[in-house]
Amino acid sequence: MSDSHTTAARGPLDHHFETLEQQNETCSIGMWAFLVQEVMFFGGLFACYIVFRYVYPEAYQWGSDHLDVKLGTFNTAVLIGSSLTMALGVRCAQIGQKGRTAGFILLTMLLACVFLGVKWVEYGHKFHDGLIPGVAWDPGPGAPNGSRTFFGLYFAMTGMHALHMIVGLVLMTFVAVRSLRGRYSPQNYIGVEVLGLYWHFVDLVWIFLFPLLYLLGRHAGGGH
Amino acid sequence: MSGHVLPLRVYYSVFGALLVLTAVTTWIAYLDLGAWNTPIALAIAGFKVVLVVLYFMHVRYSGKLIWVAVVASAYWLLILFGFLMADYVTRQPIDGWTAPIAW
Repeated sequence: MSDSHTTAARGPLDHHFETLEQQNETCSIGMWAFLVQEVMFFGGLFACYIVFRYVYPEAYQWGSDHLDVKLGTFNTAVLIGSSLTMALGVRCAQIGQKGRTAGFILLTMLLACVFLGVKWVEYGHKFHDGLIPGVAWDPGPGAPNGSRTFFGLYFAMTGMHALHMIVGLVLMTFVAVRSLRGRYSPQNYIGVEVLGLYWHFVDLVWIFLFPLLYLLGRHAGGGH
Repeated sequence: MSGHVLPLRVYYSVFGALLVLTAVTTWIAYLDLGAWNTPIALAIAGFKVVLVVLYFMHVRYSGKLIWVAVVASAYWLLILFGFLMADYVTRQPIDGWTAPIAW
């Protein structure tokens, strides 16, 4: 067996690939195929949102007025910030700065925790206000028909989004450790790149959730 | 994934633009634009998404296969929403179930 076929000589190239370029492209398209599936998954939730918004416009107005715009806006900024730190982390991996890559991923994780913490506080407020269908549902008089549906969708959509962030935290821990162990190089940083793709996708979902849930009825004088 | 290293200012500019657009969309939400509030909010969100996809996700510098994946996902999403609502908005009220015709 020649040297080129031993593990050491092949380096980061897995045995079933011919070249690093082929391996990287395969990883990349694999992550994109997963993200397209994720688009369809969240698309189903957004489709529910659209149908029920058409059926219960007053309930959506009412429900949106019971969400906290300040916390929502703050969280949007935090998540955009985490996308920036993740993008910078990928860039550091591209130019071989392993420690900085891990540092930026850690910073991204910190911002993700801030986001989830704010979400936790918001969910607590909803519990206190009796706005959690099936758990603590007592919205008081004046809640229009369909408000339960709005809050059901609110928790399903933001909850699924939060779950994706928690999965992201696990993946980031994994990649940060691998980066510190020197598993990535400017020729082979695809692990960091696809982690970045996943994280930016989570950001994209929130970019739509924020106006559709928090902002939809503001102009009609919901003062919260 | 071409190993193309973008200058730092690209990332900072996109980040700045995303923050400004978030502020703009929040501000506009408090103005009464009638039926236009939601389309404008969606247009701003769509523009933010394009910025993230092109620069943070490097799609602008990616191969054709990635472009196909991105465009296909948006296209299939529109099929889902389009056909679903084509059904809902053309239904007549049925006895015992009265959906308000909102527009």
